[in-house]
Amino acid sequence: MTAPSRFAPFAFASCLVAFGASRAAAQDTSQVNEGVRVGVEYQPGVRPGLVVLPGAGLDSARAIVRRDLDYTDRFEMIMLADAPTGSAGRGGSESGGVNYGIYKALGAQYGVELTEVGGGGMTVRLHDLTAGRLRNQQTFTLPSPTAPEYRVELHRVADEVTRWASGTAGIAATRLLFVSGGRIYRVDSDGETIMPLTPAGQTALSPAWSPDGERFAFTQLGAGRGAVLVQTIASGATAAVPGTATGLNITPAFAPDGRLLAYAHSDESGTDIYLADVVNRCCAQRLTVGRYADNLSPSFSPDGNRIAFVSTRAGPPQVYVMGKDGTDQELLAPFDYGATGSSNAPEWSPDGANVVFHREVAGSPQLFLVNVSGRRVRQLTSSGRNEDPTWGADSRHITFVSDRSGRRQLWVIDVETGRVRQLQTPGAARLPAWSRRLSRTAVAP
Amino acid sequence: MRAPSILLVLAIAGLAAACGGKPAPEQPAPEPTPAPAPAPTPAPVDDSAERERLENERRAREAAERAAAVKADLAAMINFEYDQATVRSVDQATLDRKAAIMGANPNVRIQISGHADERGSDEYNLALGNRRAAAAKRYLESKGIDASRMEVVSYGEERPLAQGSDEAAYAQNRRDEFAVTAGGDSLVAPQ
Repeated sequence: MTAPSRFAPFAFASCLVAFGASRAAAQDTSQVNEGVRVGVEYQPGVRPGLVVLPGAGLDSARAIVRRDLDYTDRFEMIMLADAPTGSAGRGGSESGGVNYGIYKALGAQYGVELTEVGGGGMTVRLHDLTAGRLRNQQTFTLPSPTAPEYRVELHRVADEVTRWASGTAGIAATRLLFVSGGRIYRVDSDGETIMPLTPAGQTALSPAWSPDGERFAFTQLGAGRGAVLVQTIASGATAAVPGTATGLNITPAFAPDGRLLAYAHSDESGTDIYLADVVNRCCAQRLTVGRYADNLSPSFSPDGNRIAFVSTRAGPPQVYVMGKDGTDQELLAPFDYGATGSSNAPEWSPDGANVVFHREVAGSPQLFLVNVSGRRVRQLTSSGRNEDPTWGADSRHITFVSDRSGRRQLWVIDVETGRVRQLQTPGAARLPAWSRRLSRTAVAP
Repeated sequence: MRAPSILLVLAIAGLAAACGGKPAPEQPAPEPTPAPAPAPTPAPVDDSAERERLENERRAREAAERAAAVKADLAAMINFEYDQATVRSVDQATLDRKAAIMGANPNVRIQISGHADERGSDEYNLALGNRRAAAAKRYLESKGIDASRMEVVSYGEERPLAQGSDEAAYAQNRRDEFAVTAGGDSLVAPQ
């Protein structure tokens, strides 16, 4: 960003447009073609106004859904300081009683109406205020507001409303894992319901979700060594991954099939990436031969055929890519030898188009994207330390660790608008991992 | 504690000399006649046994000090440049000393643990620490120490020696530690 500061917003926007274009090209030429967006294409910089309509009851539900819709960064949220309620806001029969004119005047294109129905249900209507018609309507069954899965069900509602309005489902019904004080914690995507998953008094690192969200893998560090364990969230039961009983085993990553798990094994000959079958519990296979160099931090492409990883084969750590059998190893994120800083912690986007990683710039890690088909590298952050990125299921939000508030905390960036928000945690947080959209079995208490 | 004990030794020796020297062995020490003084005044003693005991103590102490010095040499840390796992030339003498000690004490086994400063990726630092420990092991192997006597582990940045986020702290934290895991009870100094 070399433009004078008063032009910075424009430069940033044009850079985002360029990014969107390169992404479209990636879908045309990349080998990875899963997860291509369908439906309405989001227009960068053009966010439709959206208002959550006031109504009787459901105050907390309305607040949760409104916040979820805000966090999608797909809408310009219209806040109602002096909400028109009651008869003042009611209109004709076509609108189901909603006075479109009032909200349209506030700049809203969409109005979301939540109505309580008998038996713990909620009817949700999406009004297209510009077109002057009801666009979508669905009644959802909700658990009791005191039930543990109540909030997740509301997140699902918000994700569905996002799909109605933008063509792509939201990612509110997701969770993150992170490490704080040697324990792995789980938190909802909106920062609520933080709970520890591993015991106190241990050093757990590098949590990684299984694709179904029902298990996670992590390193249990002890006395300078560590096994990779897979823990089932519902039961708390753990099992060691084959091949990780000796030495130091770090940076696990599930393949999209949930059966294979890649990890890095360290011993005196260096650190290398292995692949094991965690369902049949067998067959650890070595993918890299570092010979005193390090190969670590594997991350699968969404089709499961390729693995991005970090290697020190050329000196400082940089981001490479290989086939899932260890063949065709090559550099993924270009760098200038002797000039470009160390690069670490790659993670492949769910749509396959980009790999996010952090790279040292003037002594501080910053987030970067590398476009998989074009190998173009783009810097996402520039102030403070920003590291250990993890993709949201929509391939546009990234949670990462930043010290911009003074201590290491989790932050979420939307790579299309550049908007950043903090995900509050009680203590210092690191090594986040973001789930895919969670099924109902994955969130069952 | 060392200075007072030396003073005590001198005081006892002085008293023994003042008593005029060499009473018969096995003779119980006579009580001082005037009064049973509660003060901890050392009684005049038959000092040959005592002298022998003190000499033995001195020898044991010196042997312990030598062993401690050997142990300290064996445990001496080495440090690394940022994001490097190459043994620095200034640390080669430290490792040469360890190799000599391990050569003179064939039962000694050690664990080498590699550490990193807090910069860099948390996970990468574990691999970097492993590489640093392995580098020291390879160096010692090149000096003739059998690989089976050395194990490598890594703590990455999880166990900083110095707190703080400045180069002084970082420099201390980029290190290999050496712990004796077997045969460390009766170390002899290399010739």
